[in-house]
Amino acid sequence: MTQLALVIDLNVCVGCHACVTSCKEWNSSGWAGPMPDENPYGADPSGVFFNRVQTYEVGCFPHTETVHFPKSCLHCEDPPCVPVCPTGASYKRADNGIVLVDYDKCIGCKYCSWACPYGAREIDAQNKVMKKCTLCVDRVTDESLPEAERKPACVLACPTSARIFGDIHDPNSVASVAIREQGGYQLQPEWGTQPANHYLPRRRSQMQIHEDELIRADNPLRKEEVEMPIEQGDTLDDVAW
Amino acid sequence: MHPAFSVIFLTTLIGIGQGLFLALFTGQVYALANLIPVQESLGFYAVGSLIALLFLVLGLIASVFHLGRPERAWRAVTMWRTSWLSREVIVLPLFMLLVFLYGVAHFFGLTQPLFMVADTLPIDLTLIIGLLASMMAFALFICTAMIYASLKFLKEWYTPLTVLNYTLLGLASGFMFAAAFSAYVSFDLVSLFGIWAVIFTLLGAVSRGTSLARNRALRDKYGLTTAIGVRHPNMKQLSQGFMGGAFNTREFFHGRTAGALRLIRWFFLLAVFPIPVVLIATAYALESPSLPIAAFALQYLGLIAERWYFFAEAKHPQNIYYQSMA
Repeated sequence: MTQLALVIDLNVCVGCHACVTSCKEWNSSGWAGPMPDENPYGADPSGVFFNRVQTYEVGCFPHTETVHFPKSCLHCEDPPCVPVCPTGASYKRADNGIVLVDYDKCIGCKYCSWACPYGAREIDAQNKVMKKCTLCVDRVTDESLPEAERKPACVLACPTSARIFGDIHDPNSVASVAIREQGGYQLQPEWGTQPANHYLPRRRSQMQIHEDELIRADNPLRKEEVEMPIEQGDTLDDVAW
Repeated sequence: MHPAFSVIFLTTLIGIGQGLFLALFTGQVYALANLIPVQESLGFYAVGSLIALLFLVLGLIASVFHLGRPERAWRAVTMWRTSWLSREVIVLPLFMLLVFLYGVAHFFGLTQPLFMVADTLPIDLTLIIGLLASMMAFALFICTAMIYASLKFLKEWYTPLTVLNYTLLGLASGFMFAAAFSAYVSFDLVSLFGIWAVIFTLLGAVSRGTSLARNRALRDKYGLTTAIGVRHPNMKQLSQGFMGGAFNTREFFHGRTAGALRLIRWFFLLAVFPIPVVLIATAYALESPSLPIAAFALQYLGLIAERWYFFAEAKHPQNIYYQSMA
């Protein structure tokens, strides 16, 4: 069975919110829309987003690091929001594992949002139905698009390629390989919801430079610490361009 | 969680309706067992059923305000296999129908025995409908409470005590109303209903008190460590990703201070449990017709506060993602 999902690399995300805005753009005008804003230019703006980028500070000052954390629906393999829905509007697609809301069946009771421990669902206060990330189901299943564009809007927008999209049930997909080889993990695994989206951990990126790499220790033509009887002038190495 | 008054009124009003019906049926069973004199069918059971139905209808009307698309509410009967909310949507109208039929049967005086059990127990139509409706009343208590008690990561709700509280508090308020109504129209059943109301109120005090103590002792299983998957003892949110409000910051936060919560807790602990019991006891001693009404009114006010607190005390795990605006 296919389970489409995102793998988000926290080591790469720079927190630019490009995925947030491109998600909003695509889904406002697409099948899942609209995503209404209320009072967008007023004192207390509010609106529907399927994707948010949050920022956390890790460590004690001055040894702190900033972690940018994109957060959207995780398309759980055992989604707690689906069985609680009284109308069957909330469902998980059998063919690709995407969790969706049928806007024509939703009665707007908000019970699914209570049942989601991640806060992934947001009510559309104007259309009075529950909305959520669709993993751009209208894009990824659209065979009229070139293969390379059959990806969620957020993935295509990410300037640092922090978001990988793929089938996590296919062991050879890019997403599965990334999870396997880079320590991919799930959010709040203690609830047993088995989120399909995974995150790649934040790592310390350091380059170890040894002293002998800075001086030409083994080079017979090295100039450091060598006293020459007369000035040698520049060698070919010194003027290489 | 943000307490929604639509749900507060729904759960408390249908609780009274269920309790009141069970009180009426208790009266019928007592009369059958010759513990109390047989009540006049029209005035007591028919009017009583009508009032119970009224509470249920009021609850149903309140529930409509919780829905974004009430015109599609009929769809909610479809997922009864998995959803307790769907089961409630089925059981509530069924119970209302049975209460209606019970009232109608009494109104037309269909109380002639249909058959006898063991030559001593006459079974009539109202008894059969009443028994079915009583089972529905308990099924409805279970469905309503399980909507909350089945959400496993809302740990304050995820306990059998939630079902027990809903049942006992519904019974207490229903019997309290029966006592108040009997006092108002001067039936001699005030003490019967009053005693049961006191019993259910005291049992409710024990079970609600237990759940309060349990919830106070709960420790968060979740934390930022697993929420964002970074293992560090010292982490905090700098930004939730937006400056304005959102569904996530409104629906899951009650937005009241700890002091306000404490005040509401003390109010309902006094108004639901000890004061109505004292009022009923005083009414019994003084044979007062108005004190049971005061007892019911105060208990219902307290129950609104109790239900408000029930929602406010549940801490949703999603809140950990919304701790800092910027």
